[in-house]
Amino acid sequence: MYDTNYHRASSVEEAVKLRSSQDEARYLSGGMTLIATMKQRLAAPSDLVDLRHVASMKGISVEGRKVRIGAGTTHAEVASSSALKSVCPAICHLAGMIGDPHVRHMGTIGGSVANNDPAADYPSAVLALNATVVTDRREIVADDYFQGMFDTALEEGELITAITFEAPEKAGYAKFPNPASRYALTGVFVAKGASGVRVAVTGAGSNGVFRATDIEIALSASWSSDFVASVAVDAGQLMEDMHATPEYRANLVKVMAKRAVAMAG
Amino acid sequence: MAKVTLTVNGRTMSGECDDRTLLVHFIRDKLGLTGTHVGCDTTQCGACVVHMDGKSVKSCSILAVQAAGSSVTTIEGIASQGELHPVQAAFNQHHGLQCGFCTPGMVMTAVDMINRHGGQLDEVTVRHELEGNICRCTGYHNIVKAVLSANEEMHGASRQAAE
Repeated sequence: MYDTNYHRASSVEEAVKLRSSQDEARYLSGGMTLIATMKQRLAAPSDLVDLRHVASMKGISVEGRKVRIGAGTTHAEVASSSALKSVCPAICHLAGMIGDPHVRHMGTIGGSVANNDPAADYPSAVLALNATVVTDRREIVADDYFQGMFDTALEEGELITAITFEAPEKAGYAKFPNPASRYALTGVFVAKGASGVRVAVTGAGSNGVFRATDIEIALSASWSSDFVASVAVDAGQLMEDMHATPEYRANLVKVMAKRAVAMAG
Repeated sequence: MAKVTLTVNGRTMSGECDDRTLLVHFIRDKLGLTGTHVGCDTTQCGACVVHMDGKSVKSCSILAVQAAGSSVTTIEGIASQGELHPVQAAFNQHHGLQCGFCTPGMVMTAVDMINRHGGQLDEVTVRHELEGNICRCTGYHNIVKAVLSANEEMHGASRQAAE
């Protein structure tokens, strides 16, 4: 790892100020991606601004159907939240499938959404739940937020403080994990709520998370696994790597969508 | 250089290190507690698992400065007054190791797992929860047996006390 300077912030304002005072500074949340990347010398931030001690970025609140998850909330906390389980168990299920228990004790929803890894789990939930990404300066709707692999609408120094959404009527998530890394080889989050049916796919798209509109149309007509089977998934925009061909991923999109619908009930 | 002060196994300890020093190296090289191992150094194998503020974490993926002010428990800190922790005893009894390299991380993972599940552990859950720990010798069979046995020992005993 290259040398770096560590700073610990205790408030959102302090974090943003510390971050903006150095050109090459980065926010550090759980660090489950960033520290690993730094160890490989694939990232070399001059300064790190630790967010783990910013109290206002932690915790889950559920008021009626309105959900707010602080950006600093860990995967383990989301996975085990009974308040969240009562209105949207699918997101708890998703969080419980990220990495391993030790990674889930450190990694956070804000870190995952800010990083927007094309094979991360959370981006699919944020997109399918039509969630809002709340930052230190504005609110960004999910459809505007994700802009490609590791690319988001976040400006330089902008800090995610929370993810909010309206709990859906039904939702489900299924993923085919890469057996070694546990990242999604393909993961599909389905949701049926006030904004209609939304289906988001992670791990498969060559441009990051995306909405599977054909499956959305099929499920809007009839919410059943059988209707997913009739949809043709185009392999044209899907990823090709050593783990799977685009055609294999196209099939996985359908299989995972069917399982996600079955889980949603 | 940073001065890092934290509580390790109940004792306040300090050391100087670079901001980039990983917690596992701080624990091993500065504090001389070499029970915590470095296996893969890439967050995969779990040989470096310690507890930070009561939660299992991979100390190869955390900076020592991040852990400053926290309470860390390592494998050296779980036995009490010369008595093995029930998980250590179970690993011994069920031969849950061969070369022993992964054992400190396995034991710390098992302690966390047993604490979190409040006695509700079955074989499927144990195998699933061991996904962040790699053993290249034993094929996991005896490790799983040891965890289940320790769970019974720890929670069976507390159930008895409650009755």
